Amino acid sequence: MNDHERLYRVRRLKNRIAMALSCGATLFGLLWLVWILITTLINGFKALNLALFTQMTPPPGTEGGLANAFYGSALMSVLALLIGTPIGLAAGIWLAEFARHSKLGNTVRFINDILLSAPSIVLGLFIYTAVILPLNHLTNHQVGFSAFAGALALALLVIPVVVRTTDEMLQLQPSTMREAALALGVPQWKLTLQIVLRAAKAGVVTGVLLALARITGETAPLLFTAFGNQFWSSNLLKPIASVPVVIFQYAMSPFDDWHAIAWAGALVLTLFVLCLSLLSRLILLRNRSH
Amino acid sequence: MTDNTQYMTSTSTITDASEARAARDHRHDMWFRRTMMGAGMLVLVLLLSIAGSTLWGGSEAFRTFGFGFLTSTQWDVVNGQFGAVVPVFGTLVTSLLALLIAVPVSFGIAIFLTEVAPMWLRMPIASAIELLAGIPSIIYGMWGLFVFGPFMAAHMAPWINDHLGALPLVGALFQGPPLGIGMLTAGIVLAIMITPFITSVMHEVFRSVPTTLKESAYALGNTTWEVVWDIVLPYTRSAVVGGIFLGLGRALGETMAVTFVLGNAHQFSASLLMPSSSIASVIANEFSEAYTDLHRSALIALGFLLFVVTFVVLAAARLMLMRLSRKEGL
Repeated sequence: MNDHERLYRVRRLKNRIAMALSCGATLFGLLWLVWILITTLINGFKALNLALFTQMTPPPGTEGGLANAFYGSALMSVLALLIGTPIGLAAGIWLAEFARHSKLGNTVRFINDILLSAPSIVLGLFIYTAVILPLNHLTNHQVGFSAFAGALALALLVIPVVVRTTDEMLQLQPSTMREAALALGVPQWKLTLQIVLRAAKAGVVTGVLLALARITGETAPLLFTAFGNQFWSSNLLKPIASVPVVIFQYAMSPFDDWHAIAWAGALVLTLFVLCLSLLSRLILLRNRSH
Repeated sequence: MTDNTQYMTSTSTITDASEARAARDHRHDMWFRRTMMGAGMLVLVLLLSIAGSTLWGGSEAFRTFGFGFLTSTQWDVVNGQFGAVVPVFGTLVTSLLALLIAVPVSFGIAIFLTEVAPMWLRMPIASAIELLAGIPSIIYGMWGLFVFGPFMAAHMAPWINDHLGALPLVGALFQGPPLGIGMLTAGIVLAIMITPFITSVMHEVFRSVPTTLKESAYALGNTTWEVVWDIVLPYTRSAVVGGIFLGLGRALGETMAVTFVLGNAHQFSASLLMPSSSIASVIANEFSEAYTDLHRSALIALGFLLFVVTFVVLAAARLMLMRLSRKEGL
């Protein structure tokens, strides 16, 4: 009986220690994340002003903002979505509608999942060797680092995200809906584009938003594709500034006013990304409750 | 008779029209199918061309240094001597450090979220962690450089030096000047970054354990810990390992969070407090300033190595995650 009680006590103690550690781990994890968010908020708001959105990136020691970098980031992100979304959608449709259980489909799904978390800097290297170098050669060194190449590198990040969400969301649509349409003699392409895709619209839009959230903060693939530019540029064949690359350069510099601009840029990026993820969550939740 | 002919001709026009439409639809469907399939194949082609183009871009370095590229610790831009050992070592050490910290923490959070926390608390914490997984890595890097690095230098490094540095055997790992940047700092920043990823995989996987299994164990008098350790964990083992590998894949390829706090030093050192370099940080720091073809080629060759290693790790992760979903299907 005594042994029995001791065993019970040991088990209870073990359980309590484990549960305390688990609570501790949660607090520990949240502590770091809160610390990071608060520093970004405080330093960012201190440096936030209107000039950030109206003035160009300054040389050290002078006032300035990130207007050209915001423009460059927006331009490249939109372009990347325009290139990446149709391809991602098409591949997702193929996986969900034509290759759901085929071996080839599973292979593509597997490879896509790997691309989803492939190191983004390697994608930058890929665009450099596969696009920038040949283009530079063809145009007699007139075109090197360019906004277009940056957008392509970002599009490579968009594709796997859109493929995955499209595939998942289309698979969720009931097969009765497809059968009903087919029984009425609707051709497959019409069925897919006008019925199944429309039914899964909310989920697919969420995927695009998530992809946008992912590429707005990406720095590594832009370092040697879009490079950077001190001035306002909208030429797709010339280097262009982007917010993350400017933040990287400014934060690594020894100048205090550059640091301030970097923090302000970091704040805007963080808020933008958080808003996007919240928005995509809301869309999904609202859709689920229907 | 006339009526009948009329009837026959009208049906034949109808069948003609519907046959034409069926043929047209069939043609459109075929083209639709081919286009969609082409996009799917593009994903495969993409992966192959990434591997191919980085191998081709790095071929000059591989040809010049041969196998020595993988065994030389020298990285000398001026004299054109390049070896991958230091960056590879830095990448592995920082990633393993990150796993060492992130895995227990993520496991703890996942248990908290599935077994311990009251219901009303689960949703908010789980979504907070998922939102934080989306924060751009450059923010983590900046925080590491401006906030955590100085904090490390002022408070943690001297303590580590005094207490852990004096230990036999492992002491050498913890000796060094309190610079604030280095492999330990990079490992910690990476750990913070990958914790949300690993946590959300573990959380999802733990939730997939059939409730009846857990309830039976509770009914037999098991404590929460025993249920987690003896029921939940064995059931989800392969997927948990998959989630950890997914985190490792992220850590290996992470660029910005590491570049800020690693110090970009090319010498080899045993101490975790010393600056080092990782594959991604070397590429990020040097690529746009590489003026010789050989230097650029060596950097692309490093990128190829990184791609191969992460491919293997991520593929293993996916295979292990798939094993659990197959079990669910039964």
